Amino acid sequence: MDNYEHLLSVQNLHTAFTTDNGTVQAVNGVSFNLDKGKTLGIVGESGSGKSVTAYSVMQILSENGRITEGNVVFKGDNITKWSEKQMRSFRGKNCSIIFQDPMTSLNPVFTVGNQIMEGIRLHSTQYQSSPKERALEMLKLVGINEPEKRLKQYPYELSGGMRQRVMIAMALACEPDILIADEPTTALDVTIQAQILELMQDLQAHMGMAIIMVTHDLGVIAEMCDEIIVMYGGRICERGTADEIFYNPKHEYTKGLLRSIPSGANMKQRLIPISGTPINMLNMPKGCAFCPRCDSAMKICLEQIPDEISINENHKASCWVNIRDEQKKEKEAVTT
Amino acid sequence: MVNYDENGTPKKNKLSLQIDLSKFEPATEEEKKQQDVMSKSSTFFKDGMRKLRKNPLAMASMIVLVLIIVLIIVAPLVIPYGYSEILSVNGKRDKGAKNLAPFTYSKMEQKYIDEGNYRFPHVFGTDEQCRDYFVRVIYGTRVSLIVGFFASLIVLIIGMIYGSISGYLGGTVDLIMMRIVDIIYSLPDMLMVILLSVVFKEVLVFPDGSILAKLGTNMVSLFIVFGLLYWVGMARLIRGQILSIKENDYVLAARTVGAKAGRIIRSHILPNCLSVIIISTALQIPSAIFTESYLSFIGLGVQAPMPSLGSLANAARQGLQTYPYKLVFPALAICLIVLSLNLLGDGMRDAFDPKLRR
Amino acid sequence: MSENLLEVEHLKQYFPIRTGFGKITPLKAVDDVSFTIKPGETLGLVGESGCGKTTVGRSILRLYEPTDGIIRFDGEEVTDKSIPDLRKQMQMVFQDPYSSLDPRMTVEDIIGEPLDVHHLYKSRAERRERILNLMDIVGLNAEHATRYAHEFSGGQRQRIGIARALAVNPKFIVCDEPVSALDVSIQAQVINMFEDLQQKLGVAYLFIAHDLLVVQHISNRIAVMYLGHLVETAESNELMDHPIHPYTMSLLSAVPIPDPKIARHKSRIVLEGDVPSPLKMPTGCPFRTRCLYATDKCAQECPKLTERSEGHMVACWVR
Repeated sequence: MDNYEHLLSVQNLHTAFTTDNGTVQAVNGVSFNLDKGKTLGIVGESGSGKSVTAYSVMQILSENGRITEGNVVFKGDNITKWSEKQMRSFRGKNCSIIFQDPMTSLNPVFTVGNQIMEGIRLHSTQYQSSPKERALEMLKLVGINEPEKRLKQYPYELSGGMRQRVMIAMALACEPDILIADEPTTALDVTIQAQILELMQDLQAHMGMAIIMVTHDLGVIAEMCDEIIVMYGGRICERGTADEIFYNPKHEYTKGLLRSIPSGANMKQRLIPISGTPINMLNMPKGCAFCPRCDSAMKICLEQIPDEISINENHKASCWVNIRDEQKKEKEAVTT
Repeated sequence: MVNYDENGTPKKNKLSLQIDLSKFEPATEEEKKQQDVMSKSSTFFKDGMRKLRKNPLAMASMIVLVLIIVLIIVAPLVIPYGYSEILSVNGKRDKGAKNLAPFTYSKMEQKYIDEGNYRFPHVFGTDEQCRDYFVRVIYGTRVSLIVGFFASLIVLIIGMIYGSISGYLGGTVDLIMMRIVDIIYSLPDMLMVILLSVVFKEVLVFPDGSILAKLGTNMVSLFIVFGLLYWVGMARLIRGQILSIKENDYVLAARTVGAKAGRIIRSHILPNCLSVIIISTALQIPSAIFTESYLSFIGLGVQAPMPSLGSLANAARQGLQTYPYKLVFPALAICLIVLSLNLLGDGMRDAFDPKLRR
Repeated sequence: MSENLLEVEHLKQYFPIRTGFGKITPLKAVDDVSFTIKPGETLGLVGESGCGKTTVGRSILRLYEPTDGIIRFDGEEVTDKSIPDLRKQMQMVFQDPYSSLDPRMTVEDIIGEPLDVHHLYKSRAERRERILNLMDIVGLNAEHATRYAHEFSGGQRQRIGIARALAVNPKFIVCDEPVSALDVSIQAQVINMFEDLQQKLGVAYLFIAHDLLVVQHISNRIAVMYLGHLVETAESNELMDHPIHPYTMSLLSAVPIPDPKIARHKSRIVLEGDVPSPLKMPTGCPFRTRCLYATDKCAQECPKLTERSEGHMVACWVR
């Protein structure tokens, strides 16, 4: 279908896992939109559901996980209803993913060239006849030197940074519309991380794909992303442009996160941590997921999940504190 | 139009979607804490037992084993016949009680019963030496289980000591110790057993009537062979476990704290190998029983008249066509024990192996 | 009695690696590193993977036998003889909260082990009291003493590890990437705890980490390592504001700053290529293969640390 509003639209996604200890609701009503050429950042700590959201889009969840509710709409088509065969052609061709650990994401018994060409042979119509040339082209594009030699090498012969570049080459070989990057630089050294992030930005300028960047590193988010979603306990706390989130955070969790990292002018000042321990997904509270750790928690936070309200046109948050402040403003407006 | 109540806060219109303002009071610490409940404390052991209980085969095996053990303890107290006792009625040897089918009586016994006396039934019949077969199978099971258990114990102790020293010290010591293990592995065990049996028959003399004499030189040589040869598998296993446990930071932390090597092995390394040790021992017992059985089958086992399941099976070969049941009972006993122990060991491994957790 | 708590002089740690049939190449994990730490001070040690910072920490505590060099603690040389006693004064906190606690021991036993090893109590009651006291210092509930390590979250486990290190009342703790494996919100809690403990107990830290922002926050001074060599040492603000060594400069520019405006306008020095293998170290200065300023002299001779300004030492021929 050709007229669609957004490249990717995730609507009220719910994903659950069945484990030995019960059912874990890892994603609990997540909705967002992604447009062509944009970079969306999903920020959260462990257990926030950010990786699961990304895997749900591509439907590569592990055996005990499934989407229980909601839709994922790609270019107007509801892909949650697609068969496995249709999904197979979606993965790699329309949407690709790169993972965190380049050591275990590449198959050690196949050469680098073989692995890149696998995707090309499966999906690509225009490069079908010359997969090797396309693979070489991709290796050059991602900045790997001596690409001819590298094609025949095995993953163990490459360094961490090079392996991640190979992963990117594999992911982009068929020119997908969306690239999902799940903590792509967490396992890499800082200087290599800088190289990879710069590479991703260059490739985006060159090829025009949309990127979903899933990470816990606020620095990476600030560098790469136009729009940001902050997740906690499987729900979206706050969403907005990078400037809005960093300079005008509204949700208590976002505020807490920004206060707890040392930065800039406040480098030597005492950090203000978020109290408590990360959420236990088996035992979710009735109301707001962040409530037990929130300094501004109110009685209503314990009982009801807050609705999402618009702070301004680029910024939405789900927090009772914001709702209360809104209502206070309304009251003042009425009484004056 | 907004109505105000006595406090000056806007009264909530019944139809309004506005939220009750009292809810905006800050939540207290206790209310927040209610959400943060730590799950019930359970040790590794309790977790594992819980998983084991869910495994039907393992549970069934455990029940079977318990029943067998109860049987072999209780039955000889109930049954009035001895394992080497040649059946006699009223003090007179009953020659007609040869090879009786299960639950039948000899002529002499029949006469005895007709006179109004009670004669305990021969549940498995009798053998060619006029001995009650059921009692012999029971005693045979006892011997097999005891032999299996103690042989495994010897294997465990020697293997554990050897493996832990080799694994912990590492380096050249480990290299040499493992080469010795390799050499022992390559020795043919059957040959060794036979050789040793022959040698010990000449050399070892046991005081009459002692347990060792009853077991016979063959059994003793079996234990010695086990002690000499069969511990190598356990040693390798434990060494491997120790090598991987050694890499953990908590071992390094213990060194940092100042703990000496002995303490580290005792308190940190061996307890973490425990599940592997238990499982491997549980699987070692049936193997030992089996070994003893086939040694007895070929005549190198327990000294007659002491029965063992293997020797009973061997003796049953001769009358196989006419009295098939004589082979069936001991063979069935061996199968049951070995199968149950194997299934239980497997179940335990699935339940206690931390790597298999989901 | 010198004013320095810890003095490390020309520490070398080589590991023999088998690289061929009969051929053994020394892996120079730490090559001629020297620094000092004053009582109650925090020295941050940064570098990327393979630079040898973890090895430095472990060699100081004599968990590895140093190939060469002298380590002096409180004026006394650290040798095989003196180390058993010194273990009461120098301790370590480990990176991985999951593998650094014995899964078969209760919290009480984990924290109590140092007390047991050094016989630091006269009765069971005294032991219990000391353990509960330590748990309180690190913010753990007393009722958790009988639980097992696997029942706690990463941040709580790290607190248990810290309590264990504090049990012997050490003057010096090597913190080997103590917050790297923790969530961001928990990192702040643990970092604050380290700072509080330093204020209260006067402990000195060697804080090893790869997260430059955290290191800058907590350290008084920072030392930068590359491939086993110490390339720059300075007071922490001085290092961040006026880095001199080219590696330090590129390291600082590579750190992602959580501030979109600064991130957009940052001019980044992106290093070409990868870190060379420590088995095939470049001759002369180890950084010269990736350095923009490399000259011939850099290939011939390895530069030594020289003082450029008060407390600011740099090992570079060119800058």
